Amino acid sequence: MDKNSWKPWLYLLPALVFLGIFMVYPLFDVMMYSVEEGYNSASQTFYGVGKYNYSYVLRDPYFLQALKNTFILVIITVPLSTGIALLISVGLNSIKPLKELYQTVYFLPYVTNTLAVGLVFMILFKKTPYSEGFVNQIIGFFGAGPVDFIEGPYWAKMFVMCFYTIWVVLPFKILILTSALASVNPDYYKAAKVDGTSPGRTFLRITLPMISPMVFYLIITGFIGAFKAYSDVVAIFGTDLNAAGMNTIVGYVYDMLYGDSGGYPSYASAAALILFAIVLTITCINLLISRKTVHYT
Amino acid sequence: MKIVLENLTKKYPNQNRKIKTEVTAVSDMSIEIPDGQLVGLLGPSGCGKSTTLNMICGLEKPTSGRIYFGDTDVTELPPEERGVGMVFQSYALYPHLTARQNIMFPLQNFRGEKKLSRSELEARAEEAARLVQIEQFLDRKPGQMSGGQQQRVAIARALVKMPGVLLLDEPLSNLDARLRLQTREEIRRIQRETGITSVFVTHDQEEAMSISDFIVVMDTGVVQQIGKPQSVYDDPVNLFVAKFLGTPQINVFDGTVKAGKLFIGDEAVLDVPGVPDRDVTVGIRPEGFVPDENGVLTCNLHAIEVMGRDTSVVAAHPAFTGHEIRAIIRSDERPEGSGGTVRFNLKEKKVYLFDKDSGERIRF
Ligand SMILES: Nc1ncnc2c1ncn2[C@@H]1O[C@H](COP(=O)(O)OP(=O)(O)OP(=O)(O)O)[C@@H](O)[C@H]1O
Ligand SMILES: [Mg+2]
Repeated sequence: MDKNSWKPWLYLLPALVFLGIFMVYPLFDVMMYSVEEGYNSASQTFYGVGKYNYSYVLRDPYFLQALKNTFILVIITVPLSTGIALLISVGLNSIKPLKELYQTVYFLPYVTNTLAVGLVFMILFKKTPYSEGFVNQIIGFFGAGPVDFIEGPYWAKMFVMCFYTIWVVLPFKILILTSALASVNPDYYKAAKVDGTSPGRTFLRITLPMISPMVFYLIITGFIGAFKAYSDVVAIFGTDLNAAGMNTIVGYVYDMLYGDSGGYPSYASAAALILFAIVLTITCINLLISRKTVHYT
Repeated sequence: MKIVLENLTKKYPNQNRKIKTEVTAVSDMSIEIPDGQLVGLLGPSGCGKSTTLNMICGLEKPTSGRIYFGDTDVTELPPEERGVGMVFQSYALYPHLTARQNIMFPLQNFRGEKKLSRSELEARAEEAARLVQIEQFLDRKPGQMSGGQQQRVAIARALVKMPGVLLLDEPLSNLDARLRLQTREEIRRIQRETGITSVFVTHDQEEAMSISDFIVVMDTGVVQQIGKPQSVYDDPVNLFVAKFLGTPQINVFDGTVKAGKLFIGDEAVLDVPGVPDRDVTVGIRPEGFVPDENGVLTCNLHAIEVMGRDTSVVAAHPAFTGHEIRAIIRSDERPEGSGGTVRFNLKEKKVYLFDKDSGERIRF
């Protein structure tokens, strides 16, 4: 036994090397950057070490705006998309004819390019000199005035943003949930039926607990994904997100590195680590809650 | 409550859509189960036992025929209005609920007047748990219990709402041999104590015979024979029933009847007065062989297996249709292993004649 004790490590080595190079080292590097004050990327020098970068970022109105946007996005889209996906999955699971067709249709957005979908949303929502946009035509039909969803008021832009995000994440969630629902032993439903359990109670007391590990998985990954939102925003509002007031934390990090006002890896690192801390906290809270509500069998 | 099935038929559309013919899972089944009895529904896999049970509890709608509980026609009633308790083969205990919560689950479905208070719920659940002797496991989840304990929780859950009818679909098939023996006695005891009319499905003939008041033997959706376990065993109506009941299986030979005598091979083994001359299939129960130096049936001796009280003689015969003949004899009647042959006399009551084609019993 003993003379083989190096073997497991040998097997782990490739994975460890890659993890080290591409995850641990960069993380470490980001931490270093975030505390180096007055870093100059041209000369690769800095004045000293401290928490100035953090305080700068936390006072930067652009960052605060990005923080607010991200939080609104997360709080609205994660519960809504999970709930809607659950509704659709339960529906899909209960119909018999053409089930596969519907499942395919619902999964299509997942394999479609984000930017292409973004373009479609632009066309749906954007006001041009020639047209009000499709959505505005519908609103107009009901007698309300046109709203500029892309360059108009904040709530309108936020609405488009959330709508788009939910639309993009739905297919994956539906896929996961339909397979989770299909794997519930039908005998449970038969037993419930013989005992005269109402459909609502069957769903709450049997279906939901049985698929709770998957729902939980979707909530965790949903939170993480929404906190990291960036490409979706760009797809709708273009690259100058600060001007649009629709920046996200990841967008802020990107701008600090490469944007027009970029070249500040220290600020970017500090912002990235703040995001990291937020995601970590939320995930821990989720895990704590899940102990009580998720049933692994 | 008395259960009456009247010409019950269930047809399923064929799974393969190209074939338009339907699968008949249960065909024209009529039985009457008297109040308070335990009936064993017995047959090989796929013969329609579960389908029958599902129709009784209302999970499946019969294609035709009627079901009565007592004097009420329940054919059109949904499961929850029939007042049946069901124990599933997989138990179907909710894994995220404790045994107590599982047992209370059916009671919590009561609405309106029948709605129970918290303390009534607890009391009923504990009473059911006491009946199946699992009081000490009430706060465990199914995953933390043995198969036998889960099984009893499942029975408690089926009994807790005091159903008029208890249905058990192969409730013992997930248990090991010893536990199976113990649990079937348990089921029998519970059934006696509660006096609930019960239908017990199994494909294990021994299980059915040991605990049932009477058994219903089915094959491919058709009821073959109904009766008390012993009388079905002693007096099977056809070759299928004869083969299905009894371990070791009945020994089946090709035979002929000539001038009132039954021949197996060249030997006249039995007088069968009144049977016209014809080819027949002969079934001889393992316990129907009596070793005798001057016996009427000569077989090639393969082996003698001693199993304590009994001895099993393994032999061969050219007219035998199966793999090897098994005769069960008392250990003190053991034949001397002489020169590779063994001779038997036959007990007349253990020999049955069947039509060669239809398998119907020919009585003599
Ligand atoms: N939903 C269904 N659709 C089509 N055919 C079915 C369906 N359910 C059962 N059958 C068929 O009906 C017949 C009887 O099935 P059933 O489940 O009643 O058998 P069983 O006697 O309970 O067998 P086992 O001992 O294996 O449980 C089988 O041939 C089966 O293939
Ligand atoms: Mg079955």
